[in-house]
Amino acid sequence: FLATVLLHLHCLLFRRALTHEYPEFVKIVEVGPRDGLQNEKEMVPTGVKIQLIDMLSETGLSVIEATSFVSSKWVPQMADHTEVLQAIHRSSHVRYPVLTPNMHGFQDAVAAGATEVAVFGSASETFSRKNINCSIDESILRFEEVICTAKQRQIPVRGYVSCALGCPYEGPIESTKVAEVVKRLYELGCYEVSLGDTIGVGTPGSMAKMLHSVKKEVPSSALAVHCHDTYGQALANILTALQMGICTVDSSVAGLGGCPYAQGASGNVSTEDVLYMLHGMGIKTGVDLSKVIEAGDFICKALNRKTNSKVAQARGDYSVHCHMKKINT
Amino acid sequence: MAAVLRFVNRTCFGSRMGLQCLSLSRPVAVAKLVQDGASAGKTLPERVKIVEVGPRDGLQNEKTVVPSEVKIHLIDMLSEAGLSVIEATSFVSPKWVPQMADQVEVMMGIHRRPGVSYPVLTPNLKGFLAAVNAGAAEVAIFGAASELFSKKNINCSVDESLQRFEVVTKAAKEAGVPVRGYVSCVLGCPYEGKVSPDKVAQVAKRLYSMGCYEISLGDTIGVGTPGGMTEMLQAVSREVPVNALAVHCHDTYGQALANILIALQMGISVVDSSVAGLGGCPYAQGASGNVATEDVVYMLHGLGIQTGVDLPKLMDAGAFICCSLNKKTSSKVAQATCKL
Repeated sequence: FLATVLLHLHCLLFRRALTHEYPEFVKIVEVGPRDGLQNEKEMVPTGVKIQLIDMLSETGLSVIEATSFVSSKWVPQMADHTEVLQAIHRSSHVRYPVLTPNMHGFQDAVAAGATEVAVFGSASETFSRKNINCSIDESILRFEEVICTAKQRQIPVRGYVSCALGCPYEGPIESTKVAEVVKRLYELGCYEVSLGDTIGVGTPGSMAKMLHSVKKEVPSSALAVHCHDTYGQALANILTALQMGICTVDSSVAGLGGCPYAQGASGNVSTEDVLYMLHGMGIKTGVDLSKVIEAGDFICKALNRKTNSKVAQARGDYSVHCHMKKINT
Repeated sequence: MAAVLRFVNRTCFGSRMGLQCLSLSRPVAVAKLVQDGASAGKTLPERVKIVEVGPRDGLQNEKTVVPSEVKIHLIDMLSEAGLSVIEATSFVSPKWVPQMADQVEVMMGIHRRPGVSYPVLTPNLKGFLAAVNAGAAEVAIFGAASELFSKKNINCSVDESLQRFEVVTKAAKEAGVPVRGYVSCVLGCPYEGKVSPDKVAQVAKRLYSMGCYEISLGDTIGVGTPGGMTEMLQAVSREVPVNALAVHCHDTYGQALANILIALQMGISVVDSSVAGLGGCPYAQGASGNVATEDVVYMLHGLGIQTGVDLPKLMDAGAFICCSLNKKTSSKVAQATCKL
């Protein structure tokens, strides 16, 4: 009897120790309509984008990146930014940040009704120059202007740092460099900084190392991870981030958005697959997985392509579907 | 100090993007990184043994029946890639598994590299004797943690199957042939749904007690998540020492690498995987099955864990078999590095 009691106690303590390792709640930042569609080959009609965002608004997601106010000369897929922002049905429980690379974009965004914006830095000099035609320092000066103005107008700003785990041009990036850029964005006034594994080369090893450096400069509560699944490492990397106290994860419905640096390779991690993992671990998200799968289904049909989400693929064809509810509670 | 991956790219992607500059640190640095708890402060094994199941578990579940010479060539390529265990074939009746009908020919045709083990599946004594006759030096037996699955898969209860296996393990012991045990449905069953971790532990314990040197715990339908994996391993490791355990994760729901990471953090140092992610999930049309060896090795090397596997050679083997099967690889690492 005593052995049984001790066994159960051990089990309980072990479980407690494990549950304390993970956040109770994880916020999902849905980037499909912007980061996803921006990187799809097909140009998506405005009506389809609006419907996608409206469907996502019904899933329980609290943040949906709606569009980008980058010049349509550079990103033609987002040329309809004003129309999209003005036409979506804005749920009271959802925020709809938009990308604003500079003052011009910021002003357009605000004029179109944006109530939250995002700025994009990089931890790699070469990537910064190739992507936005200026050095990291110059880009931060630009963002400073945006953040300052946004502050005055009480518009929250989210920061992104790309190439946090590797650069397509420079290769590995020093974690201290990542930390430096993150710190600068945070100190300028970004309420949250999302760390992007832009080409998906990261592994739990490099993720842990990078987060270790970044957490020295910025509190975990102000950090998010934006993992690409190009090398299949995204969920393992996200798991590592959760174990290190991160509780905000970016993802894209149906895994929209390929990797622009490797033809045919995958890019963004699928929201469905992330949710499946989190829910399976008992972590709350507030999101209804089935509704996200429906939204994913819708956009894939509109794009005439297969989903990148393994959960959606499996659920779609599963012959003993009813058992899944029992297994994954 | 960073442990990074040596990535020799065969395509213009690598040369253009400079990923060739990534290189694997020397063993001393690697060991230190592991000791530092590279992954979120958790201790990880310094070395992981990969059990390559592509030629058996992979090809057995592919729709196309592969010619024997192709199988033999695949196994030979895998032998050259640094893998130390390659599951070669299955001595199950070809009536049930026609894809493995050429079992004897394959066993006799492969070039057996010294230091590499080539286990084969043997569901019963008849299969075992045929395997030994064909030159098998290691065998594997397959139990299930779910009664319904056992009945549907091998037409008998879990207890009855274990009795059958006991006959095999006895004979194997006498012949000096090591036996590996598999337990399927450890994180869920396509018929029963949830499977109790204690049931998994029970079956694992019985296989271990009857002489299996290692027990591979299979998430047969890939429904497991890090939560379920943790609970299950906790229960099993109370009955079987952790160094006698392996994980066999399916990637049907994209959870495999996360589940494997958890297993490593819990002391598991043997991982089953399949080159190019061969072998779909028989229970969900078009869904993926086995986790791709390339993706596992990429993660392990990125963690500074040694495997002995040469990733580019492994990818060559994957490219070869996908070409023969006329299908796309399921490995994301292979897809990312090959722009074909």
